[in-house]
Amino acid sequence: MTRQTTITQRGNAVEVRGLVKHFGEVKAVDGVDLDVREGTVLGVLGPNGAGKTTLVRCLSTLLVPDAGRAVVAGFDVVRQPRALRRKIGLTGQYASVDEKLSGWENLYMIGRLLDLSRKDARRRADELLERFSLTEAAKRPSAKYSGGMRRRLDLAASMIGRPAVLYLDEPTTGLDPRTRNEVWEEVRRMVADGVTVLLTTQYMEEAEQLADELTVIDRGRVIAEGRVDALKAKVGGRTLQIRPTVPAELDRMVGALAQAGLDGIAGATADHTEGVVNVPIVSDEQLTAVVGLLGQRGFALAGISTHLPSLDEVFLALTGQKTSTAAQEPEQDATDAGDKSLAEVSA
Amino acid sequence: MTAATVTVPAVKPGADEGRIGLRANLRHIGALVRRNALQIKQDPQSMMDVLLMPVIFILLFVYVFGGAIAGKGNQHGYIQYLVPGMMAMMGMNIAMAVGTGVNEDFRKGVMDRFRTLPIARSSVLIAKIVVEIGRMLIAIAILLGMGFLLGLEIKGGILALLGAVALATAFGVALMWIFILLGLSVQTPQAVQGMAMLVLMPLQFGSSIFAPTRTMPGWLEGFTEVNPLSNLADAARALLNGQGAVAHPALITLGWTVAITAVTMPLAVAKFRKKT
Repeated sequence: MTRQTTITQRGNAVEVRGLVKHFGEVKAVDGVDLDVREGTVLGVLGPNGAGKTTLVRCLSTLLVPDAGRAVVAGFDVVRQPRALRRKIGLTGQYASVDEKLSGWENLYMIGRLLDLSRKDARRRADELLERFSLTEAAKRPSAKYSGGMRRRLDLAASMIGRPAVLYLDEPTTGLDPRTRNEVWEEVRRMVADGVTVLLTTQYMEEAEQLADELTVIDRGRVIAEGRVDALKAKVGGRTLQIRPTVPAELDRMVGALAQAGLDGIAGATADHTEGVVNVPIVSDEQLTAVVGLLGQRGFALAGISTHLPSLDEVFLALTGQKTSTAAQEPEQDATDAGDKSLAEVSA
Repeated sequence: MTAATVTVPAVKPGADEGRIGLRANLRHIGALVRRNALQIKQDPQSMMDVLLMPVIFILLFVYVFGGAIAGKGNQHGYIQYLVPGMMAMMGMNIAMAVGTGVNEDFRKGVMDRFRTLPIARSSVLIAKIVVEIGRMLIAIAILLGMGFLLGLEIKGGILALLGAVALATAFGVALMWIFILLGLSVQTPQAVQGMAMLVLMPLQFGSSIFAPTRTMPGWLEGFTEVNPLSNLADAARALLNGQGAVAHPALITLGWTVAITAVTMPLAVAKFRKKT
């Protein structure tokens, strides 16, 4: 990847060029370029160990990169860390609040550390607790909060200084689906307020829900980037799974779909073991069209569901390779198979 | 990948960084002191060492060992001997908590939060030290109160008493840097305590805190003469009882205080910066 760039500090809230961070032999971040336009959400998608957290820690002044440049909100992360800290908020995978302190005391303390007056710090703490629906729990030690409450408190803590750029490092990892939706809702509200967000995630669905653009990284390098819908089209969008009430109708359903020649729909396949028909789709209109058609033809349906491609499928589609973590095992299998055949030969 | 060519307006390192003003720094330390104090409020058991150690130790030594050390029926004389020495010991044992506190902070995400805020990193440490000094003074007050109940007399006057408290506190703060360094160097709070005990036990008992050094073998007596705790105990004893040389042991204690601070503070601060 060759790119000649000028960091203009106009339009982009985050600009990263050739960022490198190695830990001994481990090339955690190995030459990353990325931009986040002001007021948008960039999703950084990658498997465990891809370098997402190291990247965020470099951009939030927690780590000093070995090489490359990064300018965030107009400030150089290495040369102007203190000025930059007034412009950023960080919510990591692990709660970064004092668990022995109550929610209110945590927010008040951070307000004071951000140089708010006592009165303003008090007001801001009340305001944010209200906004993140934590007013009732304000006086309780945050150690007693549920996972979702603690994540919300963490988000509130990141918002005290009204940051221009917010880093969310796997904000919903380890949360149940309902809590995850709550966190997503909060993130959308923050974006609506004009905050620029850099979000790391392992889930395609999360990226699709929140991000405008996507950067896919693996082993510390960018392997794909672009608008979410463009990447989705590349990956093949969703799979619509239809379960007929009468399993014997699987093939007739596939035939009916093929004959109808619906716009953009090709390659419906019958999965006899699961008893479902799989239809690749890229839009909600296609979903409606397929279900509508099957209804018209009088098929009885027991269930329909859509599935997003998993991270492994995304990687496979974008790079023709499995993720670095997923790649380990098949190789192992191949060696085993090789050994076996060798053993057979010698026998 | 070839390196990206980057054109940027020249930025001087730290151009608009400046130092954090004194008032802002004090405000930050104040907010962090409040945090540490609230932690104690939330977890009152963490004050056990401060509240109970002076009581238990003074009762134990006066009534169990006092007769044997100072002669039967001479417990009163032993109190005059023991309490100033224990002031030295209190500071030392209380200071240990700062090491476990620093260690715990680093094991939690909250340190990341502090490090992404525009505050001087040292303010986190300074706040801890301020709170520990407060705990130390409470422990010394309880010790003295207990001593008065058992008949302690301050023969040297109030100023001498304050001098002894100040000396014990100064030495305690110097020790805190050792414990902070330790807290930053080992993995768990338990390890901090274990390592600290290894240092504390010989220093405490190889000293003149509990018994006069006359009966000790020569090599140990030599050790106690340079042991800062002995000197601190001797200085405090002379101050409280209004008799004996003050200047010599006080100077040795201050010498140790300065030396320990000069060596361990920069190391601890460097380690803290590196970790943060």
